[in-house]
Amino acid sequence: MIALIGLVAGVVLGFVLEPTVPLWLQPYLPIAIVAALDAMFGGVRARLEGIFDEKVFVVSFVSNTIIAALIVFLGDQLGVGSQLSTGVVVVLGIRIFSNAAAIRRKLFGA
Amino acid sequence: MTAAPEPDDAPAERPPRGFAGLIDLLRPRTTWGQLAGGLLCLVLGFAVVAQVQSNKRDTTFATARQDELVGVLSDLGQRSERLRGDLRELEDTKGDLERDVQGETALEEARKRATTYGLLAGTLPAEGPGIEMLVTDPRTAVRSVNLLDGLQELRDSGAEVIQVNDVRAGAGTYFLDAAGGIEADGRLLRPPYRFLAIGDPHTMTTALNIPGGVVRTLEAAGAAVSITPRTRMAVSAIRSR
Repeated sequence: MIALIGLVAGVVLGFVLEPTVPLWLQPYLPIAIVAALDAMFGGVRARLEGIFDEKVFVVSFVSNTIIAALIVFLGDQLGVGSQLSTGVVVVLGIRIFSNAAAIRRKLFGA
Repeated sequence: MTAAPEPDDAPAERPPRGFAGLIDLLRPRTTWGQLAGGLLCLVLGFAVVAQVQSNKRDTTFATARQDELVGVLSDLGQRSERLRGDLRELEDTKGDLERDVQGETALEEARKRATTYGLLAGTLPAEGPGIEMLVTDPRTAVRSVNLLDGLQELRDSGAEVIQVNDVRAGAGTYFLDAAGGIEADGRLLRPPYRFLAIGDPHTMTTALNIPGGVVRTLEAAGAAVSITPRTRMAVSAIRSR
């Protein structure tokens, strides 16, 4: 519930403040967001499976976003940034789908 | 999965399943962990909106990477350089025409244009750097389509004036298979076929030699091809029509 409120509050704040993404963050923010979405879906799934742990959620959320951004950063340094960010998005996308499928199974039993 | 710890971390009472579980999910619980999760979700929502907004502002270049941008920039630089050159030339012409009362420059200009068009149409002999391509065909395996390919490849690679044996190639040049050779614009060409093309020798040689290109096809058909770059050569054949 608090997470949902936080999400809504964040969206509202974003619309009210209209922030500009700083230049150095621009390549990494989209990947970090996808990683965070993955962590969020994972959290919902864990909650529905009854194995949710706030500490695990917070740590995985933070570490996932940082690692995703780091991978893209490393890729940029190596000159394969765009390919690597595509790879990261694909992997995270697969995880989001499998988490969504698990959530769906828990909710609808199908 | 992401936030899933080992199963033995599971609490003793299992939460209700299905939609009851969903409602249970929404029940507010105020622990520090929950607050931290809420804070993270706040950051997530904020970041999503920020990213979406910044994407909306300019979609073309915001997502482009550095090397792509450098490519775009250098393309633009080259183009503006070329256009500036054109502009300078045209300004010069304009100045000449304005200064010129007797119509001398206009005449000169018209003559120059007539020469250019004459070269392109093939009604004037030409001279300049280019290549000579000699296609020897001991087994008479070369078809008209091969010669046409060669002509097109030369045109594509920037040849301005082309002569095949004693036929000057123009816009309407055609090739037909004929007994004992190939007919071009109504004249019979007998092997070996000799292409003279005026243009940039390096570009034309590269274009002819690409894998799967004209030279490879001809060699596969059994013909021998030799290409000689020339710093100066004359194309003397002209088209009467």
